[in-house]
Amino acid sequence: MTDAFPSALTGPSSKERKYDRQLRLWAASGQKALEESRVLLVNSDGPWSNQSTGVSGVVGVETLKNLVLPGIGGFTIVDPATVTEADLGVNFFLEEQSLGKPRAAETCRLLKELNPDVEGSFQSKVWDSGSITELLRQDPGFLAQHRLVLVSGPMKRPSLDALCKAASELNIPVLYTRSVGFYSSFSLQLPPLFPIVETHPDPETTQDLRLLNPWPELAEAASRIDDLETLDDHQHGHVPYLLLLLHYLEKWKEAHNGNVPSNYKEKSEFREMVRSSARTCNPEGGEENYDEAVAAVLKSLNPFSLRSSTREIFEMEECKNPRADSADFWIIASAVREFFQQHNVLPLPGSLPDMKAQSADYVSLQNIYKSKAKKDVEEVTNIVRRIESQIGSRSGDIPEKDIEIFCKNAAHIKVIRGRSIPEIDGEAQTLKAIRNSISIPDSLIPVFIAFQALDNVVTDLQERRIPSGSIDDEVAWGAQIDRVLSALTADDQSTIDEDARERISEAIQELRRTEGGELHNISSLTGGLVAQEALKVITRQYVPLDNTCIFDGVRSRSEMYTL
Amino acid sequence: MASADSSLRWKHLHKVLTKPGPFSDEDWVPGSETISALETSKILGAGGLGCEILKNLALSGFKDIHVIDMGKSPPITFSGIPQLTLTDTIDISNLNRQFLFRQADIGKPKAEVAAAFVERRVKGVKITPYVGKIQDKDEDYYMQFKIVVCGLDSIEARRWINATLIGMVDPENPESLKPFIDGGTEGFKGQARVILPTLSSCIECQLDMHAPRPAVPLCTIATIPRQPQHCIEWAHQIAWQEKRKDDPFDSDDLDHIGWVYNAALERAKQFHIHGVTFQMTQGVVKNIIPAIASTNAVIAAATTSEALKIATSCNPYLDNYMMYAGEEGVYTYTFEAEKKPDCPVCGNLARNMTVDPDMTLQEYIDTLGDRPEAQLKKPSMRTEEKTLYQRFPPQLEEQTRANLQRKLRDLVEDGQEIAVSDPAYTIDFRYRLLFK
Ligand SMILES: [Zn+2]
Repeated sequence: MTDAFPSALTGPSSKERKYDRQLRLWAASGQKALEESRVLLVNSDGPWSNQSTGVSGVVGVETLKNLVLPGIGGFTIVDPATVTEADLGVNFFLEEQSLGKPRAAETCRLLKELNPDVEGSFQSKVWDSGSITELLRQDPGFLAQHRLVLVSGPMKRPSLDALCKAASELNIPVLYTRSVGFYSSFSLQLPPLFPIVETHPDPETTQDLRLLNPWPELAEAASRIDDLETLDDHQHGHVPYLLLLLHYLEKWKEAHNGNVPSNYKEKSEFREMVRSSARTCNPEGGEENYDEAVAAVLKSLNPFSLRSSTREIFEMEECKNPRADSADFWIIASAVREFFQQHNVLPLPGSLPDMKAQSADYVSLQNIYKSKAKKDVEEVTNIVRRIESQIGSRSGDIPEKDIEIFCKNAAHIKVIRGRSIPEIDGEAQTLKAIRNSISIPDSLIPVFIAFQALDNVVTDLQERRIPSGSIDDEVAWGAQIDRVLSALTADDQSTIDEDARERISEAIQELRRTEGGELHNISSLTGGLVAQEALKVITRQYVPLDNTCIFDGVRSRSEMYTL
Repeated sequence: MASADSSLRWKHLHKVLTKPGPFSDEDWVPGSETISALETSKILGAGGLGCEILKNLALSGFKDIHVIDMGKSPPITFSGIPQLTLTDTIDISNLNRQFLFRQADIGKPKAEVAAAFVERRVKGVKITPYVGKIQDKDEDYYMQFKIVVCGLDSIEARRWINATLIGMVDPENPESLKPFIDGGTEGFKGQARVILPTLSSCIECQLDMHAPRPAVPLCTIATIPRQPQHCIEWAHQIAWQEKRKDDPFDSDDLDHIGWVYNAALERAKQFHIHGVTFQMTQGVVKNIIPAIASTNAVIAAATTSEALKIATSCNPYLDNYMMYAGEEGVYTYTFEAEKKPDCPVCGNLARNMTVDPDMTLQEYIDTLGDRPEAQLKKPSMRTEEKTLYQRFPPQLEEQTRANLQRKLRDLVEDGQEIAVSDPAYTIDFRYRLLFK
C-alpha cells in the first residue's frame, strides 16, 4: 500500500485554521484555485444623468466581501463614482470620511481590511466618454488579468455588450447583476463549454455497487459465505449486507433461469426472500445487517445506466475527437468514453457505504472495491496516454491525480453550454423561454421583464435621450414597456394574456418604487448568491447557475431560468 | 425627526417607506410615521450570523439594536466527560465569514467588538451588546423588543428561544407577541423562517424537518470500527476516559485534539482503517459544520429583510419558510410550514410516539436523542401518577434508577401520556406512547 499511516502529529497551519470551515466544502484544490484568481468588479459605468448618480453598486461590494473573506487572490474595482450621502445609507464598506472621495478607492480600502491575504486595486478615473469601453480600449491587457468579471447593472447596453464581448473572447466568465428595491436578478455568461468534474452530488445518489454484475473478485467474496447456515449468531449477524444480497441473488438466479429480479414485483419478492432469511430467535429479535440488505434492495439492484447528461457529453464533438489544444477534461472524457464502449460501465468510483460488519470483513470488502477502482483508473490512464501520443504536442502528461478524480466522479460530470447575458430582443431562445413561463401565475419572469425595461430606460438616460433626465420619466417608461411587450408578442398576439400583463405591470410598479435605488438587505442577499456562483465558477466545483436567477424580496422567493 | 442629510442618506430606503407598492397592504399608511416606528423599534439580533444581521439591521434603518450570543454552539457533550464552558469570544476560524472581526480581535468578546464596529460605521445607530448566551436572559429581557432575529448555531438554542417567546404570549396584551425570525446555515444550504409565536408554525412544529445525523452505535465504536470516524469517536469517548479521566477535555485545545488524533491513528492502524486526519478529528470531536460567508450573507439578509417588512408593513412578510440550497445553481423553496396541534410547545395535544413495549426505559431514553421529533439528550420523565426517571436531585435519581432496566410495558400502558423534561429547555414535552 502506498498510503502509509502517518505517525507524527501534523497540526493545521494558521491558514488552515482560518479557512477550516470552507476547506471542508471545496478542499485544498478549491482553495488553491481561489487564491490564484483575480476578480474584476465593474461597479458602475458613470452617472445615469445629471440628476442621478447611477448604480449604488452594493451587490458588487457585498459580493466582493464574500470572496475576500474566503481568500480570493485579488480584486480590481472599476468605479468612476464619487461617494454621496445616499451611498452611506446602503453601502457598509464606506464611512463618514469617504464622502466626496472616489468610491472605488474607498470600497477597495475597506474591503482589503477584511483579509490581509487578499490584494486589491481600483480604477476611479472618469473616462472621456464616461464609459468602461474607454478603459478596455486604452489598456488591452487589462481584462486578461482577471478570471471573472462582475458587472453591477443596470448599465447602458453598449457598455455591457462591449464588456461581455471582450470577456467572451478571452473565455472569462461574466456575472451581470441588478438589484433595485425588493427585486434582484443576475445572469452568468460562461464560455461556450464549461465542464465540471467535481460536481459534489448528494452522496446518497452516487452509490455504485455493481451488485447485478459483480466483477470476479467481488463474486468470489460472495461465494465464500455459501454456508450461511453454519455460522453462529454473531457471525451471521455481521455478514456485510452487500455480500448477503449477492448471496441471495445467486439463489434467486438458480430458481429463475439465471435472471436477476428486474421489475418491482420481482424485487419485492426478492426482498421478502431476504427478509425471511434473517434469524429472529436471537435476543434482538432480528438482524441489523438483514435490515440493511432489505432496505437496499430497491435502490441498489438496478442495472448500470448512463445518466443522460453523461451520454450527451460522450456525444459531443470535443469528446469524440480530442485535439492537441483540447482541455484535459476532454482528453480524459474521451478515454472514459472508450472505457465505457468497451465495458458498458463507467470506471468504478470505489467507495463503499458504511454497513454493519466486523472490522476485518468490512476492510477486506472495501479493498475489493478500491482495487477494482484502481484497476479501472489504470486502464483509463493507459487510454489517456495513447490519446496523448496520438494527438501529439501537448505540454506534458495529464497528471494521474486528475485522471483518478475524473474516474471517481465520472457518473456525475457536467458540461454547461455557456450563454450570453440574456436580453429580450437578443437570441430567439431567450424570447422562447420567456414566453414559455410568462403565463404561469407564480413565475418571476415579470420581474425579469421589468428589469429589461429598466435596462432600456437607463440606456436611454445615459445616452441623453430622455429630456427630463429622470429615471422615473413616465413617457420613457411607457415607451420601454411598449417596446418590451411588443418584442414578446412580435409574431403571436396571444402570448400575453390579461393576467400576465397585470403581473408585469405590478412588477414594474414595484421595481419603480425606489427609482433605481438599492435596499441593503436585497443587495446583500444577492451579493451572497452571486458570490456563491463566483466561487463555483472559480473553483470548478459544484454546479453553477445556467444562466439567470431572479429574486423576489416581496414574496421571499427565487427562480432559475435558462434564458 | 429626519434632518436634511438624514433623508438624503436614507433616500432609497425611505422611498419604500413613503410610497405604497402594488403588494403592500391597502390599509397601510406610508410616510413619516412608518419611518419613526422603524427608528424606535427595539430589535434583538443573535447568533453566529450576528455580524451580517447587525450590519443589515443598521442599514435597514433600525436605530436601537441589541445583540446577544454570537458564539458557536458548544460541542456535543458525552456523559462523563467534563466540558469547559465555551465563551463567546473570537476564534481564528471565525475570520473566514464573520467580517466585523480581525486577526487582532482574536480572544475578544464577539458581541462587544461587533457592536462597536457597526456603531462606528453607521452613524446614528445605537447597539447594545450582551456577551453571553440567550439562555442567560429571562422574559423581562425579551419583553422589551419589538422583533427578535436569530441566526443561532445550535438547535438547542433555537428551541429554547422559541419556547420562551411562545411562553411569553399574553392574549390580553398584543405587545407580548414578538415576531421571531430564524435563520440557519450549513455549507451551501440554509433556511429562513418567520414565526408569530402561538399563531403560526413554530420551531418545534418543524423539528422533524431538521433531523439530527444518527449517532454511531456505541458497540461499533467500542468493538467493530470500520470508518476513520469510528476510530476518532473511540479515542474521544473511550480512550480519553480511560487514560485522562481527570483532565477535562477541551475541544479548543489543539494539544487535546492532537492526543485524540494520535490515539485514533493508532486504533485505525490496528484495524487497517485508512483516512484519519487531523482535520477530520477536529470535525468529529467539535461537531463542526461547514460555514462560508456567502451562505451566511444570503440567509442573514433573508431574515433582516423580513424584519424590515414586519416593522414597517412596506410589503408582506414571509409566510413562513424559505429553504435555500446553492450546490446546484440557486435553489429556493418557499412554503407555509404547518402549525401542528400536537406540537409540544405551541399546540395543546400530546404528540403520538410509537414505541416497542419490550424496550427498557433506558433504551427508550437513549432513542429520544436521535428521534427527529424529540431530540432530547438528557430527558427525565413521569406519567400523571408516578415519576419514571428523574435525573435530579440525586435522591430522586437513586429512587427511580431501577426503572431504567424495566420494560416499557411494565411501566406505562398503551396510549398513556408521559411528560418529558430536559435541562436544556424550560418546558415539558408531552408524548402519548403507542405500543408497536
Ligand atoms: Zn409549534
